[in-house]
Amino acid sequence: MDFISILSIFVMACFVGYYVVWSVTPALHTPLMAVTNAISSVIIVGALIASAEAGSAIAKYLGLLAVVFASVNIFGGFAVTERMLAMYKKKERK
Amino acid sequence: SPWVSLAYLVAGVFFILALRGLSSPETSRDGNRFGMIGMGIAVITTLITHDIANIVEIIAAIAIGGVAGFVIARKIKMTDMPQLVAAFHSLVGLAAVLVALAAWLNPEAFGILDATGQILAVSRVEMGLGVAIGAITFSGSVIAFLKLNGNMSGSPIMLPGRHVINLGVLAAILGMIAVYTVSPEGGPGEGWLFLAITVLAFIIGFLLIIPIGGADMPVVVSMLNSYSGWAAAAMGFTLSNTAMIITGALVGSSGAILSYIMCKAMNRSFISVIAGGFGAESGGG
Repeated sequence: MDFISILSIFVMACFVGYYVVWSVTPALHTPLMAVTNAISSVIIVGALIASAEAGSAIAKYLGLLAVVFASVNIFGGFAVTERMLAMYKKKERK
Repeated sequence: SPWVSLAYLVAGVFFILALRGLSSPETSRDGNRFGMIGMGIAVITTLITHDIANIVEIIAAIAIGGVAGFVIARKIKMTDMPQLVAAFHSLVGLAAVLVALAAWLNPEAFGILDATGQILAVSRVEMGLGVAIGAITFSGSVIAFLKLNGNMSGSPIMLPGRHVINLGVLAAILGMIAVYTVSPEGGPGEGWLFLAITVLAFIIGFLLIIPIGGADMPVVVSMLNSYSGWAAAAMGFTLSNTAMIITGALVGSSGAILSYIMCKAMNRSFISVIAGGFGAESGGG
C-alpha cells in the first residue's frame, strides 16, 4: 500500500477516536480507560510478526518477549474491565 | 492478499464498537466483548497469514503472558485497579520498544529495505518515533504506577528548570531521529543513534511524570494510554499494517480526549496537568 492510502486510514481513524468517546458518562471513565489499555495491545501484531521470523535470533527473542508482555495486557486488560463493569452493574441495581 | 486487509479492517471496526460500547452503561459489557473479538481476529489473522518459523514458541509466549495477566486481573483488590492499569500500560510501552528494536535488528523480515539494502528513510522516521513513544510510555507508566501504589511519594517532584530540561531532551530526541534518518547504514554512529534515542526517551518519560501530583495520576494514565496508541500506530506504518494503524490512531485520539474530559470533570487545566506543575497549587496530591 502506498504511503498516502495508509495516511488516509490513519487520519480517518483519529477522527473516529475523537468523536466516539465524547459522550462517555463520568462513572465509566475508568472502565473506558481499562478497555482502551487492553485494545492498545494490538502491538502484539507487530510482536507476532517479529517473533515469526527465523532471520535474526535476537530479533526473534525480542519479539517473543513483546508477545508475552502484550498477552499479559490483553488478558489482564479485558478481565479487569469485565470486573469493573460487573461492579458498576451491581451498584446500578441497588 | 485483500482478505488480510479486510480481516484487519473488521478487527478495527470491532475496536470502534468496543470504545462506543464503553461510553454508555447499557452497552458497556457488550463493548468489552467486542474488544475481545477484535483482538482475537487481529491475532489469528496475523498468525495464519505469516510464515512462522516456530509456532510452539509463540503459543507458549501467549499462554505465559495470558495466564499471568488473567490471574493478576482476577486477584487484585478493586482499590488497586488504577495502579494495575498503569502497570499493564508500561508493558504495552515496553512491547512497542521491543518490536521497534526487532525491526531495527531484522529489517528484512519487516520488508522495509530499499533496493540498495538500506532501511527506507520513511521507515526510519516511523521506527524512531515508535521506539521513542514506546519508551516514554514505559518509563512514564512505571512512575505513575509507583506513585499510585504508594512506593513513591504522590507529591510532585519539581526539578529546577524542568521545562527547559524537558524541552531540551525532546529536541535532542527529535534531532537524533532526523540524523538517524539520513545516516547511511553502518555509517558512523548509525547503530548507536537508535539505541541513544531509546535511552533518552526512557529518561524523558521519567522526567515528564515526576512533577505530576498523585491526584492527577488518572489523567496521566489516560494520557500514557494515548501515547501507547501512537506508538502502535507508528509501528503500524513501518509494517504497513492496517490493524495497528487503525487501532493505534483510535487509542491515541480517544485516550487524549478522555484525559481532557477527565480534567474538565475535575476542574483542572489540561495543559498544566500534562506539562507537569505549572502554577503554584498544581498537583495537590
